Amino acid sequence: MLQINNLHATVADKPILKGLSLTINAGEVHAIMGPNGAGKSTLAYVLGGRPGYEVTAGSASLNGVDILSLDPHERAAAGLFLGFQYPVEIPGVSGVQFLREALNAQRKAHGLPPLSGGDFLKLAREKAALLGMDMDMLKRPVNVGFSGGEKKRAEMVQMGILNPSLAILDETDSGLDIDALRVVGDGINAIMRAPDKGVLLITHYQRLLDYVRPDFVHVLADGRITRSGGPELALELEREGYAEVAA
Amino acid sequence: MTALPTHRAEDWRYSDLDALGALWPLPEPENIIVPAGAHFDRSIVQDGGGVTQIHLSLGTGAAAHLRILNIGGGYGRVEVHATLHSGADFQLDCAQIGDGTQNLECVTHVTHAEPDATSRQTIRNVAGGAASVTYLGQVSVARDAQRTNSAQNVRAMLLSRHASVNAKPELEIFADDVQCAHGCAIGELDGAALFYLAARGIDPATARQMLLEAFLTEALGGDAALSTAAIAKLGQMA
Repeated sequence: MLQINNLHATVADKPILKGLSLTINAGEVHAIMGPNGAGKSTLAYVLGGRPGYEVTAGSASLNGVDILSLDPHERAAAGLFLGFQYPVEIPGVSGVQFLREALNAQRKAHGLPPLSGGDFLKLAREKAALLGMDMDMLKRPVNVGFSGGEKKRAEMVQMGILNPSLAILDETDSGLDIDALRVVGDGINAIMRAPDKGVLLITHYQRLLDYVRPDFVHVLADGRITRSGGPELALELEREGYAEVAA
Repeated sequence: MTALPTHRAEDWRYSDLDALGALWPLPEPENIIVPAGAHFDRSIVQDGGGVTQIHLSLGTGAAAHLRILNIGGGYGRVEVHATLHSGADFQLDCAQIGDGTQNLECVTHVTHAEPDATSRQTIRNVAGGAASVTYLGQVSVARDAQRTNSAQNVRAMLLSRHASVNAKPELEIFADDVQCAHGCAIGELDGAALFYLAARGIDPATARQMLLEAFLTEALGGDAALSTAAIAKLGQMA
């Protein structure tokens, strides 16, 4: 599903990713862990196409499509969902308007007719309920005045509505209390645990992995994956620390 | 005024004087007197260019709400002079959207002549291309106009390096018991917001339009016709 090969990327001319390779097959959940500054968020942004993140070598394809040659909105339509570590507040744009616009833009890219207002609200209500989110919050301006946990919950509602084939979730667990962590974890499982979907979880900590059990765990250090293993690797990291395991 | 102004005159400093020369002499300003206790309400779409001058006088306890959308013509200027008597309430919402080589101006003189009047101005300017978009707003508070409450909220969005925005909220206060607030900010579209919208599948032109519509909303005074015209103008610019 996702094939990353020897990816090199720079931010402001500084090399951050230095030959990263990773394959995610359909139906798999992968977790990438690593110390601060290893390049975890850079990987997410590079795959999402954020301006300022320059790919200098290597390739990345999603379902056979070279995503690095696409604009960010085209990557979304190709099935990529980027969950933000810090979801952006957009005053004046309601969540409902934003999501309907987004969903219909993606449907248009696939040659599908736009979803009517009624059908969209029905879908939004269903996905919001899945994450225990009040519809009224979705009608408010995007993320404005939301707590850290509410923002992450809203991200997952967006993911449910947009129904991507691959979700890259950048520290979705940061800012969540224990209860919210469980809700978000359950949401990820409900939305993304499917034979035709894949998930890349980027996280510092083991705790999200208690709820969303990864099939593979990778250690990212100095711009490369230095170790890969099963779920037990996350526990080992938690026990021993990155310095020991990643070296 | 009989002689064509020059750029030395503060009110005309950023004006397109060639275009103004072709319009000179200007017709008499429109005089509107809002009697004591009455309410006046008007929406103006300036979409053909030219100079619109309005002189408003608000009687005791009168209220006026003016909404202006300044979008059209090579040179479009809307000038509002408002004099507020005791307890009057004046609200001005003005959105200006310029592109190409447009020169758009909103110039206001609000005079709090007597006590207890309130005025609130909300200005949103968008400048793309090589456009020049200007707001000059003067609020004068007379010596006896105690307990005046006045606010000017001015924000501008620059969409290109060749566009310019001039914003000058100005206060002249001779009373000592007043509340006058003015804020002015000029910025660009938020790159983080644009990427966020793109990451959800929204193309750049639509994303820009959504953010600009949101930016202008406060200055459209809830007027559906103005909103429609503003959205159409933004759409032409995309």
